Amino acid sequence: MSEKDLQKTQNTTATERIRNVKTFVPRVDIYETREALILIADMPGVDDKTVDVELEKNILTISGRVEDGKLMDHTLVFSEYEVGDYERAFTLSDEIDREKIKATVKQGVLRLELPKAEKVKPKKITINAA
Amino acid sequence: MFNPSLWRMKKFADSVPEMMNLQREINRLFSNVGQGTALDYPAINVWEKDDSIILTTELPGMDPGKIDISVTGTTLTLSGTSKADPIKEGETYLRQERELGNFQRNFQLPFHVDSKKIEARYEKGILHITLPRFKEDLPKKIKINS
Repeated sequence: MSEKDLQKTQNTTATERIRNVKTFVPRVDIYETREALILIADMPGVDDKTVDVELEKNILTISGRVEDGKLMDHTLVFSEYEVGDYERAFTLSDEIDREKIKATVKQGVLRLELPKAEKVKPKKITINAA
Repeated sequence: MFNPSLWRMKKFADSVPEMMNLQREINRLFSNVGQGTALDYPAINVWEKDDSIILTTELPGMDPGKIDISVTGTTLTLSGTSKADPIKEGETYLRQERELGNFQRNFQLPFHVDSKKIEARYEKGILHITLPRFKEDLPKKIKINS
């Protein structure tokens, strides 16, 4: 994603959704620690009740439902961004310990902790002097 | 400018700087169509009612204490400092798409606002700023005596 591309990216999926709202691709950061993969997704407008994390086979799908953000007694006079749902899917390798995945949502940011399976954690190998 | 009598009095050379200005403005407008520049972050929506406007913007994951909103005259300044970079030494990003940088953006308001009554609310990563119009600045209805 280029530096200048600051606007939200709209989803272009082949299948249409039932709910007639636009969906956007949340921006994510993924980084790796010794124990886990951490995924952080920007999803402004969602909270712990409206976000969904699903793992089927090795496809991790994160989605979020957002209220349309309309203010009842006001009229929109100028608009630079659109409000819509979020959806994005990732393929996981088998190295993730599926039982221990943790998810938290804070201020519109989803944080997923995907712990590595015990068998793939790096092991230090000691070298014996000859 | 389109008044014919005034137009005739003006020499063409006088209007050259004005036309250059216009050309520059148009070039600026079309040079970045379809993509926002750093100045356009964060994107805003503006809502209007008779006596107030509401400005909303998406700023996910900010610490509310690090968002600065100030009003000088009819200029609203919105600025913030970056979220902390969460990674420690030895850890690497596999993907980095989120905004972490600082931002500052100025907006020209259409009227004077009552700076004491400005309200800001930050929830679910969305910032709402309510800007009430200054009482003295409200349009007054004038009664017609018959």
